[in-house]
Amino acid sequence: MNRRAPLIVCMFLALMLVGAWSGLLASFYVGLLTQALLTALFVMSLDLLVGYTGLDSLGHAAFFGFGGYTAALLSTHGVTNVFPLLLASAAGSGILGMLFGAVALRASGAYFLIISMALGYLPWALAIRWRSVTGGSDGLPGLMRPDLGFGIALNSDAAYFTFVTVFVIVCGIALAAIGRSSFGQALRGIKDSPSRMAALGYNVWLHKYVCFIIAAVFAGMAGMLTGFYTGLVSPDDLSVSQSAFGLMAVILGGAGTLLGPAIGAATIIVIHFTVGSMTPYWNSMLGCIYILVVLFAPRGIFRRFVLARKVKTV
Amino acid sequence: MSFWTSQLLNALSFGALLFLVSAGLSLILGLMRIVSVAHGSFYMLGAYIALATLTASHSYPLAIVAAILTMLVLGALLQRTLIERVGSDPLRQVLLTFGFLLVVGDAALAMWSGSPAIIPVPPFLAGSVAVGSAHYPLYRIAVIFLGLGLAFVLDRVQTGTHLGALVRAGADDLEMLSCMGVNVRRLFVWVFAFGTALAGFGGAVGGVFLGVYPGVDLEIGFLGFVVVIVGGLGSIRGTLAASLIVALIDTLSKSLFPEISLFAIFLLLIVVIAIRPTGLFGRRSLA
Repeated sequence: MNRRAPLIVCMFLALMLVGAWSGLLASFYVGLLTQALLTALFVMSLDLLVGYTGLDSLGHAAFFGFGGYTAALLSTHGVTNVFPLLLASAAGSGILGMLFGAVALRASGAYFLIISMALGYLPWALAIRWRSVTGGSDGLPGLMRPDLGFGIALNSDAAYFTFVTVFVIVCGIALAAIGRSSFGQALRGIKDSPSRMAALGYNVWLHKYVCFIIAAVFAGMAGMLTGFYTGLVSPDDLSVSQSAFGLMAVILGGAGTLLGPAIGAATIIVIHFTVGSMTPYWNSMLGCIYILVVLFAPRGIFRRFVLARKVKTV
Repeated sequence: MSFWTSQLLNALSFGALLFLVSAGLSLILGLMRIVSVAHGSFYMLGAYIALATLTASHSYPLAIVAAILTMLVLGALLQRTLIERVGSDPLRQVLLTFGFLLVVGDAALAMWSGSPAIIPVPPFLAGSVAVGSAHYPLYRIAVIFLGLGLAFVLDRVQTGTHLGALVRAGADDLEMLSCMGVNVRRLFVWVFAFGTALAGFGGAVGGVFLGVYPGVDLEIGFLGFVVVIVGGLGSIRGTLAASLIVALIDTLSKSLFPEISLFAIFLLLIVVIAIRPTGLFGRRSLA
């Protein structure tokens, strides 16, 4: 890992924080950065599955949206503090991850991809049809931004941005630590050769299962913070489009590098809200980005930036 | 007509339609090992093109032929120019076909607007037939026979002809087939195009009673995958049986408990994956 890349990203974010609080950065850009950061967290959690463990999930948005819905339903019962809401979204998505993981991990390879997509379709369809609880295709609008406790509100864009920045950095460090731990190394081993890892005495299934749940938990928290930023959770958060977006960002950024996919996701979000908002054909543009990424950058375009330039031999 | 008879006929006709769509998907997935999430796009485009041709020419045969031919050509082009390049990595196949799905969805939205459209019933199939003491739409009965007839023909082709032998051989051992001097690349283009043409045909047929609207591409694509998982890869009979089972469960659960109807399909999916990961009739798994 290039030691400078995370530092550059953190310095950039610090600069943006100064801009947000001093008012030099228009609130549109503060919002843009908030969304970009949260999408980056979602995509990093997916990278743990795809890049580390080799589990190409096309249903990861299920956890993103489920976390959002869980917290939104809790907030309608009067919970306003951000920490119980985060905890609820993490728990909700974690439990869903336990259920889906138990089913999906019976398969591997292309079959896993299809089954994860089929499973991911369930929460989406449920959100649309179960109107009495989920509000149908309108979702649950009008969410109030939570507070931090001790009388600190997160209502202003700058305050929310600050909280999100700190939270996403902490989560990013946690994910990187997981990736670097012996558990994370075992995951990489499983990606390369599950049979060899099994022969070495590792419980391959359990490693995959735990990884699946961890990824679900982080995705759920990202979904919760996104929902409470925009004030809305909707079936779009759960859709296969959101899942596919995550996968594309992982590939674009360089799977298995965490920071690369995060930058990839943030880049696409920035393009979406700037160039994309000027054209009614954003979906076509996005579709072309998918095709171009797959054809010309299957190993990612930020890998160079994120990884060390020279391999030092000892 | 009793509730159960009409539900059963609804399920049969929907199942026959699902078979039209899933047979191609099963081939593409089973023989070519290509995970194409764009299969529903061909269904949607087929329906739109049939409707547009019908409005322009007032000829049903022409509308059907137009839907089938354009999807045949589009499928061959997609396979030959894009999918062929990404190789065997399912992740890249999925992202590529998803990009295609997005572009097609956007184009369809721009050309035919977002409001749901329905293809009118052909006059020679309008009306209803007596079933027991009551009446049932003739068109849906015709779809049932169409699906069953096609299943019979496809099964004969797969088990009794040279082409079918190639397809079966390809599903079992692609490299060996290639070594035997078969041009696998060309076979793939044809199989993919045949699958997408079937989906387009399904769109032209299904557009009459399901209608066509934005989002139908993902919906049909999803059901197609469920059918393929439940039925198992590579067998026409398995695909037919799974189509009918999925349609029956979908129809019954939608009329009995509409709000949570998809749970029933998922229950089926989960039970099948838990008990027989290769599908009810499949001999081997994709993995």
